[in-house]
Amino acid sequence: MNLLINYEAVTSMVLFAIGFTMLVFSRNIMKKILGLNIVDTGVYLFLASMGYIEGKLTPIVPATGEVNALDYINPIPQGLVLTGIVVSVSFSALMLALTVRLYKKYRTLNLDKIYEMCRKEDEQK
Amino acid sequence: MKNKKFSSLLKEWYEGNLSFDERMDSDIHKKETAETEEKEIRLVKDVEKAEKELTSKGYKFFSVIFCVILALILILTVNFMPLFADDSTPTANEVYEHYVGEGRDQTGAVNTVAGMILDYRAFDTLGESFVLFTATCAVLLLLEQSKKQKVKEKESFTFSNDPIVCTIVKIITPIIIVFGVYVLFNGHISPGGGFSGGSVLGAGFILFAMAYGEDNAAKIITPKIIRVITICSLSFYCLAKSYSFFTGNEFNGIHSIITPGTPGDIVSGGLILPLNIAVGLVVCCTMYSFYMVFKRGRLD
Repeated sequence: MNLLINYEAVTSMVLFAIGFTMLVFSRNIMKKILGLNIVDTGVYLFLASMGYIEGKLTPIVPATGEVNALDYINPIPQGLVLTGIVVSVSFSALMLALTVRLYKKYRTLNLDKIYEMCRKEDEQK
Repeated sequence: MKNKKFSSLLKEWYEGNLSFDERMDSDIHKKETAETEEKEIRLVKDVEKAEKELTSKGYKFFSVIFCVILALILILTVNFMPLFADDSTPTANEVYEHYVGEGRDQTGAVNTVAGMILDYRAFDTLGESFVLFTATCAVLLLLEQSKKQKVKEKESFTFSNDPIVCTIVKIITPIIIVFGVYVLFNGHISPGGGFSGGSVLGAGFILFAMAYGEDNAAKIITPKIIRVITICSLSFYCLAKSYSFFTGNEFNGIHSIITPGTPGDIVSGGLILPLNIAVGLVVCCTMYSFYMVFKRGRLD
């Protein structure tokens, strides 16, 4: 069974599904942001696990002597995950700041209610 | 219509056979008494309430079903993926062999990941630093309050009077900051680097601000210092990498004065150590300013 060997990919897919459902179907803005972070976690797990090769060393090579590339795991996914983490931190901070502003104006975190209030404001104008 | 049972009415309405407008129209033909109107309003409210409950339950059920189906589809795809930790995965190609095999001699960094993200792919990391900088700017724009709108002391949550937190932080903050500096300066010869070291440093400063009060921390780490450090680091990164980009080419006759040095030494790896420090300072300032802005609404 491939699924038993690819257990890390299965875990990351489950995390992705849970996070995506939270992101799309939750009405609370905070839960949406949390859902996005869970999606991110799933993607990082998936990416980082792609670089791992059984029985090989971490990509920190000795200072002297010959380097045989086939003794080490793949360092590229680690660099990509780093990029993703930085972007997700910035994105979460920006989203949370917007949420603070929304809450200060409408006193609720429910997107449906905020939408209704916005519509009423538009009608009054 | 009045004689119909509530449940059957609800069912009819929910199936779309009955709309509010129709009912209103039919009511106009009847004799309108205050009683029937009141009943009607109550009925409408009840119907709306029940409808809301039904949809919210259906909504939750539907979202669970959606989650399960999405997970199943994705897991089905996993079945056809290359095996985990296998030698013959398509990601282990000649790019990785080049990075690991010749990275040390070309960049001077023992840590291949640092050599990769700060030498071969340095502009990617520059972009990341600018993402952090832009996020700080945006958060400041959105949340910064003037000094007049000062948060009342009672409302804001503070640790400055807590003896346990203060004592522990007094002991642990120097250790955290020294560890952060160690991770920052050893980025090219051991696991770590600018992003992790900067996060550790930022966590140390956040702890400091938490325990001693944001007002005291803001006197030491002023917004001007944060601004100057961030902008200097970013400009240094830009200029240094542009220089190495311009001189890296062998055909224009300009040779770079930066050499990889001896791999394994602290001062080695050419630009990797200074770039690590620059990135770490940007990350540290970003973390600290996120905390301060979310906590007090301003940096000073």
